[in-house]
Amino acid sequence: MHKIVAKAQLSPNVTRLDVEAPRLAEIRRAGQFVIVRRGEGSERIPLTIADSNSASGTITLIIQAVGRSTRELVAMEPGEAIQDVAGPLGHPTELISSGHAVCVGGGVGTAVVHPIAQALRRAGARVTSVIGGRSREWVIMEPELRLLGEVVVCTDDGSYGRKGFVTEATRELLAAGGVDIVYAIGPVPMMRAIANLTRPFGVRTIVSLNPVMVDGTGMCGGCRVGVGNETKFACVDGPEFDGHLVDFDLLSDRLTTYRELEQAATACAPGACRVGLNKI
Amino acid sequence: MSKITVKERLKINRQTMPEQLATIRNANFAEVNLGLPEQVAIMEAQRCLQCKEPKCMSGCPVNVNISQFIDFVAQGNMPAAALSLLGDNALPAVTGRVCPQETQCECECVRGFKGLPVAIGYLERYVADWARGHEDQLSTSVAAPTGKKIAVIGSGPAGLTAAGELAKLGHAVTVYEALHQPGGVLVYGIPEFRLPKAIVAQEIERLQRLGVKIECNIIVGRTYTLPELKERFDAVFIANGAGLPTFMNIPGENLKGVYSANEYLTRVNLMAAYDPDAQTPVLRPARAAVVGGGNVAMDAARTAKRMGAQRVAIVYRRGKAEMPARAEEVHHAEQEGIEFELLSLPVEILGSENRWVTGLKCLRMQLGEPDASGRCRPEPIPGSEFVVECDMVISALGSRANPLLTHTCPDLKLDKRGNIMVDDKGMTSIPGVFAGGDIVRGAATVILAMGDGKNTAKAINDYLRIVQVSRI
Ligand SMILES: Cc1cc2nc3c(=O)[nH]c(=O)nc-3n(C[C@H](O)[C@H](O)[C@H](O)COP(=O)(O)OP(=O)(O)OC[C@H]3O[C@@H](n4cnc5c(N)ncnc54)[C@H](O)[C@@H]3O)c2cc1C
Ligand SMILES: Cc1cc2nc3c(=O)[nH]c(=O)nc-3n(C[C@H](O)[C@H](O)[C@H](O)COP(=O)(O)OP(=O)(O)OC[C@H]3O[C@@H](n4cnc5c(N)ncnc54)[C@H](O)[C@@H]3O)c2cc1C
Ligand code: FES
Repeated sequence: MHKIVAKAQLSPNVTRLDVEAPRLAEIRRAGQFVIVRRGEGSERIPLTIADSNSASGTITLIIQAVGRSTRELVAMEPGEAIQDVAGPLGHPTELISSGHAVCVGGGVGTAVVHPIAQALRRAGARVTSVIGGRSREWVIMEPELRLLGEVVVCTDDGSYGRKGFVTEATRELLAAGGVDIVYAIGPVPMMRAIANLTRPFGVRTIVSLNPVMVDGTGMCGGCRVGVGNETKFACVDGPEFDGHLVDFDLLSDRLTTYRELEQAATACAPGACRVGLNKI
Repeated sequence: MSKITVKERLKINRQTMPEQLATIRNANFAEVNLGLPEQVAIMEAQRCLQCKEPKCMSGCPVNVNISQFIDFVAQGNMPAAALSLLGDNALPAVTGRVCPQETQCECECVRGFKGLPVAIGYLERYVADWARGHEDQLSTSVAAPTGKKIAVIGSGPAGLTAAGELAKLGHAVTVYEALHQPGGVLVYGIPEFRLPKAIVAQEIERLQRLGVKIECNIIVGRTYTLPELKERFDAVFIANGAGLPTFMNIPGENLKGVYSANEYLTRVNLMAAYDPDAQTPVLRPARAAVVGGGNVAMDAARTAKRMGAQRVAIVYRRGKAEMPARAEEVHHAEQEGIEFELLSLPVEILGSENRWVTGLKCLRMQLGEPDASGRCRPEPIPGSEFVVECDMVISALGSRANPLLTHTCPDLKLDKRGNIMVDDKGMTSIPGVFAGGDIVRGAATVILAMGDGKNTAKAINDYLRIVQVSRI
């Protein structure tokens, strides 16, 4: 059992949970994730370890409520406990220890990019973060990222930072030169756009893939992704890959496998229906 | 009653296992076999001739004293039968259901030379189920604590058996399991209708009463490394199975609707997707094709049928006689209306514009000369292409060693296939680290894994004594 010790709302649909997991807090590295199962009968879902505090023995999960499992998690309150948290899974991020790294985060991807930016800074690299959201209230993690380097904030409506998408700001940084590596994490179309942008510049680009997972240990093969004409298991071979080699079409397509079933299930998540009516 | 003569014994015919009707059971997940009633079990036990030198036992990897426990059943002395069986076999309710008895013990039974062998599997199951209902009448003694600590990696049949044996010897055993529930393939692979999960849970509880500690959600190689465990424990037993799925490497394998048997069965069994209240989704198409001919393929096919598929075809590249599955599973699958596309080699998975599976393109095969394994080598017939129409393809081609743990420990010697190499005592290239079950043998059977667990437990016990003596 993993007690929730703190909770905060970061944007209208993104919630931060600090969860007791002393062993994970001690050994996790940037880029790694956990598989979480809220309770008996719940799904196993992958979530990035966004931060950790080895003194208090907690890890931070930053969760975007998109469907039934994530909504149930963000409905939990401090004092309640998550039944299963397994990890740390996946390869730690490939880091650089000098030079200039640009970390691009879209939506909840900003939470996933944060530990990478932290690790890069610790390793000695210069970090510029480019983060975005629909409007001001959707921008998350800005203060945390400011501690690590320069931050460019983009909003679709221009209500905060510059108006436009993270891709435009990234293009300018690339054009200015001196970028050694780009980390792009967010919705699939955003990662694809960033990878297409950096390709002509020949700048190495790391993306973090988010296929549907079950075990997270290489046992089921459900997390298959295409990388450089090879099939890889994202949970053990990734989740981070060379963005210039990733088959994004395959990823988006496979993410729709359970769409109909998910929509039916989401209708039953907390906030969507009242107690007692949660059975289809 | 034990006075029954050989002649009388020979007169009794083999009893049949009561089972759910095929047309009813292929739509539910309740157990297919219903178990023998007591009187029938006693009658079956009386068929055993109580050979002076029983051949059946030589076929059993855990050396169950078969004639002894059956003799107790014949006398109606179930507590004695249970104590005898449990002394030899840590998970009899499991093996009584899933062992390939026809190639293990029953094939050696002298009664089989003229007629049918004693139904050893049915009797094992009968006694094990009796024991589950009468735990209070069965006490197992545990030796005084030795102060030695042993880590077991993986809670499948190999790990659980070793843990039970070591605990009985007085060692403090901790089992680390990567998933959220212990049992290995017994809980994530083998379906409910063949091996109810409640039975596995009860067998595991018995081990916990012996003092075995089980910690779930610990992935060795990630949460802890092998060197760390070696540091903290006096010995380590690796039994992490062969959990890496095999795909066919044919075009179309990443279409939606293609599963590995591991994923499909895990969703349905471990995550209970057969239960309408469960949260883990699984596809429930009308037509399914399952590629393979082993137990895994039979389980996937029969599961798909129960999940509502109208047509399910097993696609296998050799003939029925070459299928590695247990005879009972093939028979049950046929009864339940599973179709068999034998001598068929999948060459491509076909998909729709939206990238959903629409069919499995195959070539017809003919059997050629026997290969190294003694089985006839299948050869494709040119121009014989045909399509099995389906909306789901399950690849059940067996599994290999998962490199997650072994990759993080370069000192561990592996064979070409990535399996851990051990000496005749089950010890790996690292002193004090032992291994057994599928991670050593490649995908094999429950009882072979248990045999490894049992033998290695003895070897670990000996090793700990030698280490102690050499330290003095
Ligand atoms: C390695 C990894 C790390 C992740 N880290 C985080 C994280 O830190 N924070 C976070 O909020 N989310 C993260 N995700 C995504 C998260 O796991 C999914 O959002 C979650 O499984 C959805 O479950 P659900 O039942 O709430 O929604 P569902 O009802 O299952 O899905 C709702 C919608 O989300 C989409 N979806 C389903 N599964 C995924 C998925 N794995 N990734 C993306 N979209 C999906 C579906 O297509 C659907 O449109 C991560 C995914 C991976 C693979
Ligand atoms: C669908 C199916 C049907 C089968 N039917 C039969 C049958 O009818 N009869 C029969 O005799 N055999 C059958 N088998 C084969 C049999 O189940 C296996 O041979 C047997 O389970 C192997 O036992 P094991 O203990 O070596 O490994 P497993 O049962 O595979 O258990 C290994 C355990 O280790 C865990 N693990 C893996 N990696 C790690 C790690 N890094 N850290 C911690 N834990 C880890 C796994 O999660 C798992 O729980 C079947 C197999 C399958 C898949
Ligand atoms: S999630 Fe099962 S193999 Fe990756």
